[in-house]
Amino acid sequence: MTGRQRTAPSSLTEEEVWEALAEIPDPEIPVISLVDLGVVRNVEVDDRRVRVEFTPTFLGCPALEVMREAMADKVRELGAEPDVAVVTDEPWSSDRISAAGREKLRAAGFAPPAPRTAATPTLVQLQSGPFRCPYCGSTETRLENIFGPTPCRSLRYCAGCRQPFEQFKTV
Amino acid sequence: MRRAYAAHRVPVGRVSVTPTAEQLLAIADDELILGWRDSEWTGIAPFLEEDVAFSSIAQNEIGHARALYELAARELGTTADELAFDRAPQEYRCAPLVELRLPDWADTIARHWLYELADELRLQVLKTSDDRDVAGLAEKIDREEAYHRIHAQMWADRLAGEPRFEAAVERLWPAALAALPEDLRARLAERVGRDVARGPQPGALARGNHTAELPELWEEMTMVRRSVPGAAW
Repeated sequence: MTGRQRTAPSSLTEEEVWEALAEIPDPEIPVISLVDLGVVRNVEVDDRRVRVEFTPTFLGCPALEVMREAMADKVRELGAEPDVAVVTDEPWSSDRISAAGREKLRAAGFAPPAPRTAATPTLVQLQSGPFRCPYCGSTETRLENIFGPTPCRSLRYCAGCRQPFEQFKTV
Repeated sequence: MRRAYAAHRVPVGRVSVTPTAEQLLAIADDELILGWRDSEWTGIAPFLEEDVAFSSIAQNEIGHARALYELAARELGTTADELAFDRAPQEYRCAPLVELRLPDWADTIARHWLYELADELRLQVLKTSDDRDVAGLAEKIDREEAYHRIHAQMWADRLAGEPRFEAAVERLWPAALAALPEDLRARLAERVGRDVARGPQPGALARGNHTAELPELWEEMTMVRRSVPGAAW
């Protein structure tokens, strides 16, 4: 569907929009799509107008604008007028990353986020939780830094294979 | 250049500010200015991991400011960029606590710890807002701030009892207290183990007043934007 200019937008369905959005890679971690990342909350098609509800990941993430633009461009490719609305009424959570998305992250060397619990994370949890190395699978890993190269990631070190790795934060 | 800037400037002081927008602006300004101060450690923090940490915290705080400005801008009929950069220093609503330039690491950690504790109390209130956008955004910000709090508390625990850190907390305490609305101050004092009665001198550190360090920061922060008023980047 990429690059194809549609001439009959009235037949456009919400499923087709979802499929098209699923082709957009995350600007920073291209192995995962925006749909896998869970930033698309809802899609509504009203004749030639497509409203996409976008729920941002980390608020300081410089990729947010790129994501918005990419989604708008994709809707235009489908021959429709985009309305990409940033929604804040219900916050994005790392739990919104799909199972397929988590597996793609792991395969690319990023440890996917631990599931979110009702309690806020603690230092003890980050230091002693069973965080698994994405390279060798060992849980003998230690927290190096709560912060990392981007707002969404922490730095850990694996004692099993002696590799540093990036761990997605749970939010 | 200053005149061109003044003509371009959005007259926020003259539009009617609803309490909600005012409250959002105060928090947004705190986050923007503190984010700016935190970013001053990029490249010169005492060690590499803290360089990464403070750069990341700064990025988060400025991101929070942007999201809050966007909500406020909707009500005020302006834009986040105009709110962040096109006001005069005296129009900012940030607390003096965040304005201070603190080149001493102990002072920076003391402020970081006090601010994160105060910010959590204020976010808890915001999360109960009737406005779903405000409540949802507060929840989102709070989830990110949880990591700042872990980081700040880790340092506070590590430095507890160190004379230099304790002196810094002592010095910054009145400004931290003044950063919160009165009804939240007792709770902050409880968490920090201090006396709420030892508050700031009237007027000196209250929100609405500014230190001489804000205009200096503002000059630097808005320099590029003022250099070509109205430019699209």
